[in-house]
Amino acid sequence: MKKEEQEIDLDRLCVLARLSLSPEEKEKLGPQLARIIGYVEQLKEVDVEGVEPMAHAIPLENVFRKDEATPLVEREDYLRNAPASRAGQVVVPKVIEG
Amino acid sequence: MELNSKTAVELAKLLDSGKVSSEDITRACLDRVESVDPQVHAFLSVDREDALSQARASDARRTEGKSRGPLEGIPLALKDIVAVQGQPLTCASRMLENFVSPYDATAVERLKNAGAILFGRLNMDEFAMGSSTENSAFNRTSNPWDLDRVPGGSSGGSAAAVAASETILSLGSDTGGSIRQPAAFCGTVGLKPTYGRISRYGLVAFASSLDQIGPFTRCVEDAALFLDATCAHDEKDSTSLPDQETDFLKKMGEHADRKWKIGVPKEFFAEGIDPEVRSSVESAIRYYEEQGCTVEEVSLPHSSYAVPVYYILATAEASSNLARYDGIRYGHRAESADNGIDLYYQSRGEGFGEEVKRRIMLGTYVLSSGYYDAYYLRAQKVRTLIRSDFDEAFAKVDCLIGPATPTVAFRAGEKTDDPLSMYLSDVYTISANLAGLPAMSIPCGISSEGCPIGMQIISPVLKEAEMLAVAKQFEDGHDFKGLTAPDRLQGEGAV
Repeated sequence: MKKEEQEIDLDRLCVLARLSLSPEEKEKLGPQLARIIGYVEQLKEVDVEGVEPMAHAIPLENVFRKDEATPLVEREDYLRNAPASRAGQVVVPKVIEG
Repeated sequence: MELNSKTAVELAKLLDSGKVSSEDITRACLDRVESVDPQVHAFLSVDREDALSQARASDARRTEGKSRGPLEGIPLALKDIVAVQGQPLTCASRMLENFVSPYDATAVERLKNAGAILFGRLNMDEFAMGSSTENSAFNRTSNPWDLDRVPGGSSGGSAAAVAASETILSLGSDTGGSIRQPAAFCGTVGLKPTYGRISRYGLVAFASSLDQIGPFTRCVEDAALFLDATCAHDEKDSTSLPDQETDFLKKMGEHADRKWKIGVPKEFFAEGIDPEVRSSVESAIRYYEEQGCTVEEVSLPHSSYAVPVYYILATAEASSNLARYDGIRYGHRAESADNGIDLYYQSRGEGFGEEVKRRIMLGTYVLSSGYYDAYYLRAQKVRTLIRSDFDEAFAKVDCLIGPATPTVAFRAGEKTDDPLSMYLSDVYTISANLAGLPAMSIPCGISSEGCPIGMQIISPVLKEAEMLAVAKQFEDGHDFKGLTAPDRLQGEGAV
C-alpha cells in the first residue's frame, strides 16, 4: 500500500461530512481518493514563499446592504419543499430525550 | 431552414417584420423536443403549456408596441440549476428530485424582463460535478453529432439542446469549464463572463468563488444579447460587480476589424492534445494573422497546476456548500433514521450520487485539521500565481487563443471509471475560472470523424466586448455561424 493510501481515514471523513457510505462505496472510494490526492501532491513542488493566498479572483470588500427586512418567500411556499411540516413549522425527528 | 434552427438575431428580424410569431417559434422548438429528445435526452422536463402561454403573452406585448428588446419572444432553455418560481429544480440529483423553486434567480428574472421565453429543465452532471453529463441521476444526454459520444459537461443538456435545434439559446453554468467544454464538444458558442458579471442569486452553489452563469448560442451576436440582458449588479449577490458597463452587442461592433495582438499560450499545445484539434486551432490562429493581427507565443508557466488547484479549491467549497442538504428543511429525507444525526448521514448517503460523494469527501479531506495548510492554503497561493501569469501575458497581448479541450467529444462510458482522466478533460478551461477571466469557446473545425472542435478565447477581466469582437472576426470568415448537428435525428422517432 502506498503511503498516501494509509493516510486517508474514510470513517473520520464520513463523520466530518455527515455522510454515510456503504462498505462497497468505501472500498471503491479509498483508492480513488488516494490517486487524486497523489495527483494534487504535485503542488508541493511549487515555490509559494511570500505569495498571498487568493480566495476570490475579483475581491470586493465591505459589501453591505441596509439592515432592513424585505419580503422574500411566503412561509407556505417555503414549507412546500419541507419533507415534513405541521402548523407552519418543519417537523424533525426528536432531538431531546425524555 | 426551420425556425428552431435559426439564431436569435435572425428571429428578432422575422418577429419585427411580423412574418412569424413567438408562438410559431416556441411551437417549433417544442415540437423538435418531442421528435428528437427521446434520442438526445437533453431535457429532464418541459412545461409545454407554460412555454406557449409565455409566447402568447410576448406576441401580445409586441402587438401593443411594448416589445422588451431583441430577446422578446425568443425561446431560451435553462440548465436545471437555476431557480424559476413554480418550476422544478433538481440539479439532476435524487436529493432535489421533488424540489420546486419558491423564487426566481436574478438571471432568470432579468431574462424574463428581456422578454425571453424560458422553458425546460436541461440535464447536467449532478450538482454540476462532471465533464460528460453521465453523472446525472436521471439520464445520460447524448451528443447530437454522434449519439454514442458524450455532450461534455456539466452543462451537457444546455449544449446538446442548442446543437440539436431544440431551443434557440440556453443558459448554463461554468465552474471549471462546464460551459466551454460542452460548447466545444457540441459545436456551439459557449461563454463564461468575468466572475461577478452575472448574479449568482438563485444559481445552486457548487464552488462559489468560481461559479458563473453564461449562454450557449449558435452565433457570437446571440451571446452578446444574452450578456446584455443578464449582466448587472445585484445586491442579492455580494460578489456581484458594481457599476458594470454592458451594451455588448453595440460595443463588439465598434471593435470590428481591429488588428488584435493575440497571445498563444505554448502550454496549451503541449503533450496530450489531439493532432486534429491542434491543427484546427493553429489554422484558426493563422486566419487572424492573415487579417493583419499579430500573433506571439506567450507562457503561462503555472497552468499545469490549474487542475490540481481546482480540485482542491472546488471540492473544498463544494463540501461546505453542500452541507445544506441535510434532509431537514428541503430535499431528500431518509425514512428509516430515528434520530436527528442519523437523519443527516442517511439522507445525504441516499440522496447524493457517486461523484458528488467523492468530491464532498475530497473537499472534507483537504479542509480537515492537519491538512488545511498543505492543501487548501497552498492551492490558494498557487491560484495567485496562475492569475499573475495571465496578468503578465495581458501586459503584452489583447487576448489568448488556444484549444478549448484537448480532444473532441469522447465516447460514453470511456472515462466513467477513472475520475482523474475525466478531470483532465477540463485542463484548458479551468485556469480562466481560477483567475476570474472571461472566456469563450467557438466552433473552429470538424474532425475527420465528424466531431466539432472548439477554439477558446480568453480575455482580460471585463473585456467581454473585445472578446466577442475577436470571436466575430473569425465567425465572419468561416461557415460556422448558425452551426447545428447534421439532421440525421429528425423523423427517426423514439429509439
